[in-house]
Amino acid sequence: MSVDKETVKKIASLSRIAVTEAETDALVPELNNILGWVEQLGEVDCSKVEPMTAVIPNKLRLRDDVVSDGNVRDKVLANAPVADHGFFAVPKVIE
Amino acid sequence: MAEIFELGIAGIRSGIASGDFTAKEVAETFIARVSAAKSLNAVLVETPDHALAAAEATDKAKAAGKTLGKMAGVPIGMKDLFCTEGVATTAGSLILEGFTPQYESTVSSNLFKAGAGMLGKLNMDQFAMGSSNETSAFGNVISPWRRNDGGNTDLAPGGSSGGSAAVVSGRICPAATGTDTGGSIRQPAAFVGITGFKPTYGRCSRWGTIAFASSLDQAGPMAHDVRDCAIMLESMAGFDPKDSTSLELPVPEWEAGLKSDLAGKRIGIPKEYRVDNMPPEIDALWQKGIEWLKDAGAKIVEVSLPHTKYALPAYYIIAPAEASSNLARYDGVRYGMRDLPDGAGLQDMYAATREAGFGPEVKRRIMIGTYVLSAGYYDAYYTQAQKVRTLISQDFDKAWESCDLLLTPTAPSAAFGLGEKSDDPLAMYLNDVFTVPSSLAGLPAISVPAGLDGQGLPLGLQIIGKALDEQSVFNAGLALEERAGFVAKPEQWW
Repeated sequence: MSVDKETVKKIASLSRIAVTEAETDALVPELNNILGWVEQLGEVDCSKVEPMTAVIPNKLRLRDDVVSDGNVRDKVLANAPVADHGFFAVPKVIE
Repeated sequence: MAEIFELGIAGIRSGIASGDFTAKEVAETFIARVSAAKSLNAVLVETPDHALAAAEATDKAKAAGKTLGKMAGVPIGMKDLFCTEGVATTAGSLILEGFTPQYESTVSSNLFKAGAGMLGKLNMDQFAMGSSNETSAFGNVISPWRRNDGGNTDLAPGGSSGGSAAVVSGRICPAATGTDTGGSIRQPAAFVGITGFKPTYGRCSRWGTIAFASSLDQAGPMAHDVRDCAIMLESMAGFDPKDSTSLELPVPEWEAGLKSDLAGKRIGIPKEYRVDNMPPEIDALWQKGIEWLKDAGAKIVEVSLPHTKYALPAYYIIAPAEASSNLARYDGVRYGMRDLPDGAGLQDMYAATREAGFGPEVKRRIMIGTYVLSAGYYDAYYTQAQKVRTLISQDFDKAWESCDLLLTPTAPSAAFGLGEKSDDPLAMYLNDVFTVPSSLAGLPAISVPAGLDGQGLPLGLQIIGKALDEQSVFNAGLALEERAGFVAKPEQWW
């Protein structure tokens, strides 16, 4: 499988990364080079193998359903590029 | 007596205990070393006040006759991947410029509770993606080492923990934190002639450590020697309910358990690690390592890890896939930079912010990760890679039937010059050929400096152990260390 210019544009869009035409041109061979190399995994017979889910056997723990933190609104907002009235502020989303 | 700046963790501990010097003198010594080493570009933010405050607390506690913590009076360097409360944290990326964490990572918090102070935040490959420290948005870290050809070519300190490697080898900090996703502690440690330890996945909490590939990321110590790594890891590790993959196990006393007599231990030599184009010097050092471990009483056995050649390609699917998901949080809304072109809407703001904030290698990996997780390709790439990961892990399980530890070189070359490999991502990825398989299997591993090559540059040997058997890894590392007698240090030119 190899990617073309249109696919690269689509991946960039899914990744929410703006790319110029020139960058797209450069990315096509770069990504194909890497994808071509990882494709050697296809030669491994994995028909009877389960995909890895945890390297070290470890049960996901449950905890009591109680509030364990919170009341730190100002700390949460402290690094926001723009915060207003106790909220994160973003450009208008709905007209 | 050695100068204070030449001491590691154990040396500082005994000097403070015997009253040869105070913790304050230690902090002042290293603060001066840090501020005189700017040309290496290893330290992004200097935090002398933090180091001094911790030192004063240690001196006070000692005067009051209190028991001192394991890291008491030791000022360390902190890789900039650890969130540090009130101290700018960037992961080497512009996208986090201006980010000041409102909380402390568990690992740094554990170290501070044990008495350590912080000298500064250390430069690194952007989001820990790199093997040469050339992907940092804040410039390359320059290795303190130089080739013995009389030239002054700037060398890579390795990566991603390149700043950590540079400050410890240059005796600018007595020890530093690192993180290892595919080799980012061990490869830089090997490049600069220090010791680096990656524990079993889950030993160190990932809470507050900026995420790259969550199923692989592990913090660990980078220090002068095996003993210092054992002391420091005891203070970093431990169960943390805030990390769902943290292991709910007590932290062993690795330092107290150090023992270089390897009688009864079987060391496996994986035949698949004899790669093409391996420099003869590295092969020769590996042979020496075999002799050293035999001399320590171990039995050597050849083992096979048949899926080794698939480890790197599997890693370069799994790690970018996890990264593309983890790095989705950098959206210009909650923290870090925002690029809002005139009249742009929300989606344009995301794309512009991420375009301006991420470096080329990070973008490349996010896009690869996005592609291998996208509809129609998920099974062919991602599921297949996770299946291959199972096979790699099973290779190790099988090897443990005939051996207790594995001995390999740490990296396929000595340090290279900055810029020599940066044009070819694939060539750069091959640096991690010996470290990635154990990362994929979550196993503990150490790199120990073992010799110099013909250019006068350090080479490292790696010991890989069974899950949770850090002690045997430390012990075999100590056996290598005692026999290698590695004392070379970079001459100070900076």
